[in-house]
Amino acid sequence: MDDLNQLLLGFQVALTWHNVLFMVVGVLLGIVVGVLPGLGGPNGVAILLPLTFGMDPTSAIILLSSIYWGALFGGAITSILFNIPGEAWSVATTFDGYPLAQQGRAGEALTAAFTASFIGALSGVVLITFVAPLVAKFALRFGPAEFFGVFFLTFCSFIGMGRENKAKIVASLALGFLLAAVGLDTISGDLRLTFGAPELMKGFDFLVVVIGLFGVSEILLTIEEGLHFKGKRAAIDLGVVLRTWAGLPRYWATLIRSSVVGMWMGVTPGGAIAASFMGYGLAKRFSRRPDAFGRGEIEGVLAPETAAHAAGTSALLPMLALGIPGSATAAVLLGGLMIWGLQPGPMLFIEKKEFVWGLIASMYLGNLAGLLIVLATVPVFAAIMRIPFALVAPIILVVCAIGAFTVESSRFDIWLMLIFGVVGYVFKKLDYPLAPLVLALVLGDRAEDAFRQALLGSGGDLSVFFSNALVSSLMILGLLLLVWGPLGDLRQRLTRRGGNDQPPREIAGSGAS
Amino acid sequence: MGIAVRAAIGVLLLTVTSAQAWEPTKPIEIIVPFPPGGASDQMARTIQGAIQKGNLVKQPIIIVNKPAAAGGEAMLDIQKSAGDPHKLITTSSGIYMTPLATKLPVSWKDFTPVAMMAQDAFVLWVNAAKPYKTAQDFIEAAKTAAPPLKTGGNGSKREDHLISVTMEQATGTKITYVPYQGGGPASVQLAGGHIDANMNNPAEEIANWRSGSVKPLCVFSPKPMEYTQKVTADMAWSDIPTCPSQGVNVTYQMLRGMFMPGKVTPEQQAFYVDLFQKVSQTPEWKAYLERNALVPDFRAGQSFVDFLTEDERKHKDLMTKAGFIATN
Repeated sequence: MDDLNQLLLGFQVALTWHNVLFMVVGVLLGIVVGVLPGLGGPNGVAILLPLTFGMDPTSAIILLSSIYWGALFGGAITSILFNIPGEAWSVATTFDGYPLAQQGRAGEALTAAFTASFIGALSGVVLITFVAPLVAKFALRFGPAEFFGVFFLTFCSFIGMGRENKAKIVASLALGFLLAAVGLDTISGDLRLTFGAPELMKGFDFLVVVIGLFGVSEILLTIEEGLHFKGKRAAIDLGVVLRTWAGLPRYWATLIRSSVVGMWMGVTPGGAIAASFMGYGLAKRFSRRPDAFGRGEIEGVLAPETAAHAAGTSALLPMLALGIPGSATAAVLLGGLMIWGLQPGPMLFIEKKEFVWGLIASMYLGNLAGLLIVLATVPVFAAIMRIPFALVAPIILVVCAIGAFTVESSRFDIWLMLIFGVVGYVFKKLDYPLAPLVLALVLGDRAEDAFRQALLGSGGDLSVFFSNALVSSLMILGLLLLVWGPLGDLRQRLTRRGGNDQPPREIAGSGAS
Repeated sequence: MGIAVRAAIGVLLLTVTSAQAWEPTKPIEIIVPFPPGGASDQMARTIQGAIQKGNLVKQPIIIVNKPAAAGGEAMLDIQKSAGDPHKLITTSSGIYMTPLATKLPVSWKDFTPVAMMAQDAFVLWVNAAKPYKTAQDFIEAAKTAAPPLKTGGNGSKREDHLISVTMEQATGTKITYVPYQGGGPASVQLAGGHIDANMNNPAEEIANWRSGSVKPLCVFSPKPMEYTQKVTADMAWSDIPTCPSQGVNVTYQMLRGMFMPGKVTPEQQAFYVDLFQKVSQTPEWKAYLERNALVPDFRAGQSFVDFLTEDERKHKDLMTKAGFIATN
């Protein structure tokens, strides 16, 4: 209960006029950062960091963490409206959010996304409030083998339920792994697959690829189909917020599941990106209508958004309690803390109580302020869909190009974005799924590093992936999810045929990918 | 009237100074060859803060992170910007190590050295729960351990990997080095007991040291650090013995400095030398040094070039012995 008293004190700090003002300003800036692809949370926070050097640390962190909330909210907007994920963790939101917008249900999708974000973030903050030091210790149990287990589980949960042609999923995944391998290899310190070209040295930036694959290819498709948005007739009023809310309690199980997945991934630096994909994959797996996913299912928006925000928020916990940033933005905030003379780590909770609890209180308030601000803007953003496509398309393309350029300030990336736009177009025409490619591109490198680090430590012994309860359960859960989908399909087919339905023996393949 | 007078004086001053020296005419870009939040990034942002607070330059300072290829991309960028006096790059030992390890066609000799701001020490850290009390205990344990003890750190063929291999060779032990992506993860892995030791900079371990999850055995410097203020209940940075005094004859320190692109004029170079000289006197910079337990060592001009030449020779030597030089 001591903690609750501390939290009340925190609210007193956070609720002063100037801190509330910083919160609102931060959220607004964050939305802008989130909407512009490429600018991104870490860059946004890094750019504004010097402005806060003169401020007192509590106000400064409130401003910067509010930018973080705003960016988390903002990332959903372009994903839903234009199929362009403003942030990496919004990719999974496009899968159902964009089809919804095309069906004229942009308002619903936005409301669902924002509300889910809020619920996810709230569960993350509650976690931080009550079990901070306890949970933070858990992150210490993650060595390379456990990290690989998490990535393995993410791949399995996402792929095991894929309804597309399995060979096409594997092809798309393999291309993603190949792209992820380009650049400097952490383990050997050598450059790989760069063919001596300096442009390839930095590898393929995830955002550049995604902007091309999703955004640019979508524009190409729309142009082919005759230059009009399908979702023009969106009903635009604030009533859509209330109507959507009325339908949300039905999805309680998805919301809880995604929150748990997200919190877990945030604390065990798996990160918001992995969490959003896993949340989406699990929701599809457990849904009664898995076939509706990808065609405009509200649940498909709720699941990744809840998970991403729960993860994004929980990621601040290991940063504060252990000094381990759970995300890139958290890493920049960590740098900020040190510049303000605060040393993150277990001592922070003891030595700088008012700062920690002021920050935690501001998480509650900042998210609430964020939700109110973004909900109020739903009609504005939904109205964009009414502008003729011939006017919007060039603007989107320019925003995409700026986004691709901003990531690394590299002109080459704009060309890369256009090339991947064509790749995405071809993929869609040939009915290859894009999601496995993106997933492999984001996590492939890290999964490979973790795999090789674990084997370095064990001297090449594969049993390291089953050496303790934590990593074993991760691997077994992953294998189960991987075979669950195909086995379920098989059983369905067999029972339909009325034949002998003895399931084939499961073959537990090795974790190598 | 006051304003008019002040403006007139201002114009006068401007004309006087521009007649004598070069001044930046557009925003100054500081390229950081590492990701946001890392040690180099913090240094650049501290400098940015100190310059802005003290109003040392009229033009704004912009920080650009180019972390690709262990800083190789950033170095190529500076190489291409020859003659551009509005660009700077923060440097660490990577300025020799990355080209040697990757065969990138770039060298610090293509750049203009501006100033060395400080040196960063490396410390041998172990998990506090382990029985090792001295560096010698650790080495003894490493001699008999099977499988070998594990160290972990920044990345393959980077500073701490070099220390790990040099330590192996100096003490006749076998140690497995696990490359992580940066000192942060290596610090967490040590606190979690997944590796047996790491060779992190003071700033990377201070939090875990204070919380009692890791402890320092020795510092890879020729003499102890000079910060005498207690960091934990009973120890200060200055209380950590040097590794050579513990029988581990390995010393290694990393420079933290600033370079400009090649082919800039001496006036332009002089402007920045003067600027960083001023920065090194600001309270912000001094607080930064103490917070990160850096070794203050400001050098410019010939003494900086001499340092670089000698330091590069040392790296080439160590890296050749360690087998880090790219062969293909």
